[in-house]
Amino acid sequence: MTSSPMGVGPLVEMRNISIHFGGIKAVDDVSIDLYPGEVVALLGHNGAGKSTLVKVLSGAYRANSGQILIDGRTVEIGSPRDAKALGIETIYQTLALAENIDAPGNLFLGRELTTPWGTLDDAAMEHAARQAILELNPNFTRIKEPVKNLSGGQRQSVAIARALHFKARILIMDEPTAALGPHETRQVADLITRLKAKGIGIFLISHDIHDVFSLADRISVMKNGKLVGTVRTQDVTQDDVLGMIILGKRPKIAA
Amino acid sequence: MTEKGALMANTEPTGVVPLRRTRLKGWMRTVGMLPVLVILCILIQAGTLYFNGEGRFLSAQNLSIVLQQAAINTVLGAGMTFVILTGGIDLSVGSILAAAAMTSVTASLDYGSLGIPVALLTGLLFGLLNGVLIAFVRLPPFIVTLGSMTAVRGIARLWGNDTTVFNPELPFAGISSGSVPIVPGYVELPGLAAIALVVIGLSWFILRRTVLGVRIYAVGGNPDAARLSGIKVWVVLLFVYAASGLLAGLGGAMSAARLYAANGLQLGQSYELDAIAAVILGGTSFVGGIGSIWGTLIGALIIAVLSNGLILLGVSDIWQLIVKGLVIIGAVALDRYRLRGSART
Repeated sequence: MTSSPMGVGPLVEMRNISIHFGGIKAVDDVSIDLYPGEVVALLGHNGAGKSTLVKVLSGAYRANSGQILIDGRTVEIGSPRDAKALGIETIYQTLALAENIDAPGNLFLGRELTTPWGTLDDAAMEHAARQAILELNPNFTRIKEPVKNLSGGQRQSVAIARALHFKARILIMDEPTAALGPHETRQVADLITRLKAKGIGIFLISHDIHDVFSLADRISVMKNGKLVGTVRTQDVTQDDVLGMIILGKRPKIAA
Repeated sequence: MTEKGALMANTEPTGVVPLRRTRLKGWMRTVGMLPVLVILCILIQAGTLYFNGEGRFLSAQNLSIVLQQAAINTVLGAGMTFVILTGGIDLSVGSILAAAAMTSVTASLDYGSLGIPVALLTGLLFGLLNGVLIAFVRLPPFIVTLGSMTAVRGIARLWGNDTTVFNPELPFAGISSGSVPIVPGYVELPGLAAIALVVIGLSWFILRRTVLGVRIYAVGGNPDAARLSGIKVWVVLLFVYAASGLLAGLGGAMSAARLYAANGLQLGQSYELDAIAAVILGGTSFVGGIGSIWGTLIGALIIAVLSNGLILLGVSDIWQLIVKGLVIIGAVALDRYRLRGSART
């Protein structure tokens, strides 16, 4: 398939994935891969099937056909729990935080820490959450507030801290900056650079090419459920990629 | 450009002003209805003093009656709190209470105190049935419990051949007639009120100290987030409806103990509305995810104080209905007001 940019085997391979809802093919025979420390952007219009595709990886949907390989081994991902066990964490733009619960509660949601008596260990969760979040965002102080009172960037810090605390190796970021201001978008971009350096593989989903062009090592473009193509960012211009998104045509250069 | 500037400016000060406002809101939400309860008590005491020449409301005997009257509604309200926190509703608790009281009194005729576990089991069974239909068949809670409210009412009448079942020697009547000394010789808590307090305490423990509790709040706050976090949403839904049914069953046993009898037709009529009113008055949001069990206790006390006070003031039962109805509407209006305040980011 694609030549390895890092000289190691791929972290994730999704092969010939198809998903249909009723008669509609949301994803049609799409293959993508991801290497450690790499950012692969998934671009396409709303409804192109990019979110649906990665939801197979995060365990929210099941593919009708196709294969997923992690570290070269075929895996079955039947639920979000399975995905997390494989080190796959997802950061959604809006979906993944319970707004009525505070940051530690959200960080440990579904994986709560308990005392030997089986009751919630609030102190341990708050301590761990404080460490994880402050490492990302030193200005974050309102740790005991329901997250709905936080700014978009702070909420994103909570979501990313959750992924890091549970030692994610594969991070899926679904429109991570769509709800953020320019300052906060820059913060998230910095974070992505730091996560890359730790060897985490990142799928970055967006419908806006400007968000991802400077961050992505490779760009996979989808249109109407099909993969238009995957290109290395250094080989193409923004106009080339725009052409792929709009016209569904691969650029002339070899990739 | 101006938009960018506004966004940048927005990131910093959001921390300061709304923080105080949310603290105030949070404080209003938790303490919220307690001042209303206190004011209500003072008004009614003043009213009885003015109209009757003596303050009959704040007497040990009357307060004990109020607590007894609040007890069953508190127990139903506790179950309803679990359900409403997940964003659901349980309309069937009144009917389940009637059915549980029927099986309880009937069983007590032959098996004595086994009437209590029988009541609990009856409630649990119907609650689980609601839960299965909601969690697995994914029918809307309103529809499911509207259906079971009607069907279980029918079953309750069926079980007694549409008559009243008596047991003048009900062996567990002591849970109602007995009392628990708080300060021996001076302050005693009526048995039913003690049960209600234990239920509130246990509910608090589950909601605040256990994994299940956090997940109940999470499912109510954002079901998608809960599911994507790996939470088994069906476990949570099954639990809340089973708990609501179980507590309605307990309410049935309490009611049987109080009356030495059960009647499938009249018992528990519109109790579900009182329970819902108590929960909403207590500051729990109808949308789910926000609220507390203490609020429900206060809400149930407000309703009991209101009913008792209106009787003491000689208000006719027709006007009692009207006032109670207005209180329920006022409660929902309050819920809306609170939501509008907290929707602001």
